Amino acid sequence: MPEIALLDRRGFLKVGALAGGGLTLSAMIPFQLGAGPTTAEGAAVPAAALNAFVSIATDGTVTIMSKNPEIGQGISTTLPMLIAEELDADWDRVIVKQADVNQALYGQQWAGGSTAVPTNWLPMRQTGALARDLIVRAASVEWGVPVSELTTEKGFVRHKASGRSTSYGDFATRAANLAPVDPATVALKSPDQFKLIGTSATPKFSAQIVRGEPIYGIDTRLPGMLYAYYERSPAIGAKLVKAELSGVLKQPGVKHAFTVAGNGNPNELVDGVAILATHWWLAYEARNALDVKWDDAHGKGHSSEAYAAKAAQMLDKPPVNIVRRDGDIDAARATAAKRIAAHYSYPFINHMALEPQNCTALYADGKLTLWSPTQWPQQGITSIVQALGIEESAISVHLTRMGGGFGRRLINDTMVQAAAIAKQVPGTPVQLILSREADTTHGFYRPGGWHSYEALLDENGRLIGFSNHLVGFQTNGKPVRSGAMGGHEFPAGLVDNLLLGQSNIDTMITTGPLRAPFSNAIAFASQSFLDEVARAGGRDLPTLMIELLGKPRIVPSPDPHRPGLDTGRVRGVIEKVMEMSGWKKAKRAGTGRGMAFYFSHMGYFAEVVEVHRQNGQLAVSRVWAAGDIGRHVINPSAAFNQVRGSIIDGLGQAFGQEVTFVDGQAQQSNFHDHPVARNTLTPQIDVEFVQSDHPPTGLGEPALPPVLPALANAIFDLTGNRIRSLPITL
Amino acid sequence: MGFTINVNGRDRQTDLPGTMPLLWVLRDEFGLLGTKYGCGMAQCGACTVHLDGTAVRSCSTPLEAVGPAKVVTIEAVGDTKVGAALQQAWLDHDVMQCGYCQAGQIMQAAAVLTENPRIGGQEAAEAMAGNICRCACYHRIGEAVASVAQKLSETQHA
Repeated sequence: MPEIALLDRRGFLKVGALAGGGLTLSAMIPFQLGAGPTTAEGAAVPAAALNAFVSIATDGTVTIMSKNPEIGQGISTTLPMLIAEELDADWDRVIVKQADVNQALYGQQWAGGSTAVPTNWLPMRQTGALARDLIVRAASVEWGVPVSELTTEKGFVRHKASGRSTSYGDFATRAANLAPVDPATVALKSPDQFKLIGTSATPKFSAQIVRGEPIYGIDTRLPGMLYAYYERSPAIGAKLVKAELSGVLKQPGVKHAFTVAGNGNPNELVDGVAILATHWWLAYEARNALDVKWDDAHGKGHSSEAYAAKAAQMLDKPPVNIVRRDGDIDAARATAAKRIAAHYSYPFINHMALEPQNCTALYADGKLTLWSPTQWPQQGITSIVQALGIEESAISVHLTRMGGGFGRRLINDTMVQAAAIAKQVPGTPVQLILSREADTTHGFYRPGGWHSYEALLDENGRLIGFSNHLVGFQTNGKPVRSGAMGGHEFPAGLVDNLLLGQSNIDTMITTGPLRAPFSNAIAFASQSFLDEVARAGGRDLPTLMIELLGKPRIVPSPDPHRPGLDTGRVRGVIEKVMEMSGWKKAKRAGTGRGMAFYFSHMGYFAEVVEVHRQNGQLAVSRVWAAGDIGRHVINPSAAFNQVRGSIIDGLGQAFGQEVTFVDGQAQQSNFHDHPVARNTLTPQIDVEFVQSDHPPTGLGEPALPPVLPALANAIFDLTGNRIRSLPITL
Repeated sequence: MGFTINVNGRDRQTDLPGTMPLLWVLRDEFGLLGTKYGCGMAQCGACTVHLDGTAVRSCSTPLEAVGPAKVVTIEAVGDTKVGAALQQAWLDHDVMQCGYCQAGQIMQAAAVLTENPRIGGQEAAEAMAGNICRCACYHRIGEAVASVAQKLSETQHA
């Protein structure tokens, strides 16, 4: 859209007129978030300038650009709500549009680590407030009354003394010619003035979804587009030796078939054969006519059984890498009244986002255009630059809505594949879709792991020593992605004598972040083991946890980019969930209860699961969840949906999810052998938020990790059977 | 030769192979993109459409098996009373997160409620159990279906 004139000297703000009059505002507001949000990997998000786009048409319609990728976390409602709040827009008259990828204009555009709310809470509101300020000053000039006499409400400026009330649209053109103020000085509402934040504002895309309108990546359609399938080796990341393509080219609808050379980085591009046809199913079927030979020697011996055998050998040896050592665990062992030790394990699992991985690409005149359902578009662009040597300035990306992400779309191999294929057929748009089978067998899995725990108790049952040795995985000598234990892991900092260590098995299996990465795995193991420890000391887990927490304080993380643990907030959610679930009252006859807590992605969650037997089968009857994500729950309807979904997702992981490998080949391929939760796993779930006085944080992840140990602890409570390995087999 | 099938009230012709699943005929030939690919083996229900009012998984229904049956997709289900009520209920209950499965959920629910407007409880849950919602919005899906069932039985009694 045409931009005119007003760029302030600091380059913070651009204001321009819409073609038909009106105001368009894009603000670049530098901001930093204290200790910093964490990425899905636990690394700090680089502090960045952020941009938002508000335009107001002369008819008063407000259009807000939604900058971040929408994977179902509701960010295309949440972030525009923050702008609309300070703008005093009428939400019913707001149009939300998905922004294309342009980080110079919009700042960080990604969906990961539950970071969007904490990093955008202030700048998005400032963006809305800046727009409101321009409108109010325009009204002040037009009406010849001081700004101080003007108020705003639902897209109208009001002047009480004269009784005037006029739509923002009437001032939009004049406002576009005013100089914006410094974002740091613009007045923001106090929380008691919020009208939209804290309400269940209607998501703008829902009506299109129920009508089946084409808004997902897989729905992208371009004139002359061909559909592609990308055949890879059965073993992950094998090299292509030779491919005979003449048979494929004879198949119905097939227009092209060619090999694509990988760049040695499975996160970017692995060898494969591209088949392009007039319809996706024809490309997919044509793969049966392929005669192809792979060199999969690198996968030999990379089997789940072999990994488990190695882990068994390594578990009770001292860890190869010390992650954290406090006090002297050996000395504590010598004085301990009681020692509890146990092994825990969890498997590799896959994301299974319902919309299979896909990307549409057009390479024409040296320029690459992508329509991509990606959680991290900039990373995809970087991968394409690295893998294909296309200049970044020649790449543009349109963001599409996504049928789920769960972290899988933080890795952009599909974008690179689509680009590599499109590059070989210049001028022809190509839509690459992975089959469900390819999506499952060439995943970036939540890595499996084994833990050897030890707890030392004094004569009063108090925890005086704790050790946790993770046997995980490494590639090229470094822990695999989402498979590294941090020095902050509970109960680090709360026990005098502590040893956290990690040893690794070499692997060629690709791994990656999956909703609450690492937390989703270790929470099960650590909180289940602590339940054992509590019982051994004659307590329940909430009592042990509250003892460990001590006075309300911040227990710092050894990683300065990771927020510390606020023990008061931990206690707050534990006490809340005890109250909600009637923890101190006798449990219902025939049921078992388990509690667990976990802190991840700045969110504090304590959950209680109740189980019972139904026709001899174990069933989850109820779940209570208490969360603390700060003083504001921006959109309660979306928040409750997100928490319930996270809990059911976790239950689904516990009951049946596992990817196993034989010689580097994943053995599961679809929902029949890697099940996700169905509506049969839908207990009553009560959710409450402890609205502590802290800035709001994200909700895509933190409600998931505690449900797995809470479930395992409940099963023990009912049956005496301690679940030390996932998935649960009963 | 080819096939003529009736989709959303309109006869449509195609020369595509009879073994091609209806899903891909709808999406890649007729441009009806609301019907979604999720699994390709009738495991998830994202591709659910109606054949003469019965919910089927279009990913596992070959084109040649459609015959004279009337195909209805999410794009047209809103023309029916039950379909429109479900779409509105989905909005009223703020059902969705990512939304990708919801066309299939609505199509499944529409067939189920058309056949048995009084369905409820465990029976209703079982009728919907073949449809995966990966975001697990199952509570609200169930509530939305129940609200429409309630409404339908009220109108029947009126």
